[in-house]
Amino acid sequence: MTITATGVCKDFIRQGKNTNKLTAVSPTDITIEAGKLYVLMGRSGSGKTTLLNMLAGLLTPSSGKVLCDGEDIYALDDEKLSRFRCEHIGVIPQGQTAVHSLNVLENICLSYMLYGSLKEREAAYPAARELMRKLGIAGLENEMPSALSGGELRRVAIARAMLRKPDVLFADEPTCDLDDENTALVLQTLKETAQSSTAVFVVTHERDAVGYADICLNMSGGSIGKQ
Amino acid sequence: MKLTESLSFRNIKGRPVRTAVLIALTAIMAMSAICGSLAVMSLRNGLGALEARLGADIMTVPASAVSKQDFENIVLQGSKGYFYMDRSYYDKIAEREGIEKISYQLYLASASAGCCSVPLQIIGYDPDTDFTVSPWIRKSAGGELKELDVVVGNDLSVFVGETITFYGVTCNVKAKLDKTGNDLDTAVYTDIGTIKRLIAASLELGMNDFKDIDPDKVVSCVLIKVADGYSVDEVLNDLNLHVRRTKSFKTTDMISGVSESLAGVSGIIGILMAAVWVLVLVILFLAVYMSVNERKKEFAVLRVAGASRSRLAGIVMSETLIITITGAVIGIFLGLLMILPFNGLIEESTGLPFLLPDTLHIIICAFVALAASVIAGMLSSLGSAKRISRIDTGVILRGDN
Ligand SMILES: Nc1ncnc2c1ncn2[C@@H]1O[C@H](COP(=O)(O)OP(=O)(O)OP(=O)(O)O)[C@@H](O)[C@H]1O
Ligand SMILES: [Mg+2]
Repeated sequence: MTITATGVCKDFIRQGKNTNKLTAVSPTDITIEAGKLYVLMGRSGSGKTTLLNMLAGLLTPSSGKVLCDGEDIYALDDEKLSRFRCEHIGVIPQGQTAVHSLNVLENICLSYMLYGSLKEREAAYPAARELMRKLGIAGLENEMPSALSGGELRRVAIARAMLRKPDVLFADEPTCDLDDENTALVLQTLKETAQSSTAVFVVTHERDAVGYADICLNMSGGSIGKQ
Repeated sequence: MKLTESLSFRNIKGRPVRTAVLIALTAIMAMSAICGSLAVMSLRNGLGALEARLGADIMTVPASAVSKQDFENIVLQGSKGYFYMDRSYYDKIAEREGIEKISYQLYLASASAGCCSVPLQIIGYDPDTDFTVSPWIRKSAGGELKELDVVVGNDLSVFVGETITFYGVTCNVKAKLDKTGNDLDTAVYTDIGTIKRLIAASLELGMNDFKDIDPDKVVSCVLIKVADGYSVDEVLNDLNLHVRRTKSFKTTDMISGVSESLAGVSGIIGILMAAVWVLVLVILFLAVYMSVNERKKEFAVLRVAGASRSRLAGIVMSETLIITITGAVIGIFLGLLMILPFNGLIEESTGLPFLLPDTLHIIICAFVALAASVIAGMLSSLGSAKRISRIDTGVILRGDN
């Protein structure tokens, strides 16, 4: 799947002092193709998360379009867009994202908790366990999120985003809580995912990520430039 | 999908204290609904049964016996109503205009019956003219009473087919009447012929209680049905003007005191119920609002995992649904447990006729209370559900802020 953004931009209205418009992302064109690992870097506040959310169908752009295989995703109604995201787009959001009433395994299989039967959910468990093993958190299946460390939770979020084998995987600072060893592990996993013809788009501050990238992008002041 | 496996159920289970409190609150709400509505219905029923049992439009009694208070006693606490007047008054009344049917009753107080420790009242009616008790005696006994047959009120501990003894005279219990929720439930109804036998028997036993009562010459009260084309008031005024030394009352007036206090009690019950509901619903609203607000981030994560906006609202609503149904079922169960076994006690302590509706109506009432509590609970969380369905995922998911 190819995601093509044309002229997407996002303005926020800031309250506070003399209400003014803040342009988080200036009009941007970007194409994300299957089989490639994109790494987007840039200073804090440069608009990386905002851009990622717009590309992932989570944040409606102020203007511009996001096309997935030619289809304008923001023209879909919410029900269809949600379905589409569920089936085709995986997102590892910034920050901690556990659902506290569910155990680790259920957190990873979260999309199956939302839709589908218990059978389908249980059918996803082996794949979830396999991902956990790959990410080095095997054996934590039945723990509750409150019992996990930040780095473990991060990998739970990664496993969750990867479980349905999405066509496009977005990762917003997927390695920020991890030690070097696990950072390498996660980056390697993302790389492998890209090689299995998934489009992977990673926002990170991690310098090492550049080594894994097919395409490196840099963002500053809401605009993207190639590195 | 199995309920216990659903996300909503997990969310509820994950916060046991909050859940327990909310279930308890809904239970209180449902309990107040079922108890309140059953109480009001029972009071209405009691009054209705009373009116139906009276059967007549006007009741005439000796003037010496009466104040309005006495009348309520006659009706509600039959055991106190011993008064007699000469039979000639009955004939005088019968001559007046506007009377369609007229009959009389004779009350006897019995101190000792084989069955009962409480004094009970024996009400004798004239089978030839009666129009008030015969219809429901016929209905309950399946025919006319023969001599020494009696029909007993619902509270007497004898059963149909058994016998009951007054002054050594054994009478057959032919029927037991439906409950009226007042002291008529301890009355015994029989025809004048049997009354005569009882009076004779008591004199033979050397008891002088009824020595001055000649059942051929006296009556306790006269019952009148007003003819078509006459108003009850018209006939009433005529009787009070022209038949001296008697006092006539509209039967509905006789129980107006009861209906007034009944209206008062119903009002108080209504206000209490409303207060409980408002309070519980406000708390429920706040609790759901806060819990949803506090989980904003989790809902955003659900969005990321593919939940549509309506699914988010659905999760909030089904959390509330599980809580309110559980609470309401518990509350209704407790409410029934409170009101059903103790309705006699309630009657006694309030002094009002209290007659529970039949099982079908109780069941309907329970379901209505259940539905009302659940719907009200759902409505109180509708706002929060809507709010969460509008969250801006992209804004919330910008980090651990
Ligand atoms: N909802 C919002 N309302 C107002 N301003 C916002 C909002 N979301 C983002 N911004 C602003 O937009 C700019 C870009 O934010 P964004 O989160 O995309 O930065 P980022 O590059 O991801 O930073 P970081 O590396 O710290 O995560 C920031 O200046 C931020 O303050
Ligand atoms: Mg960011």
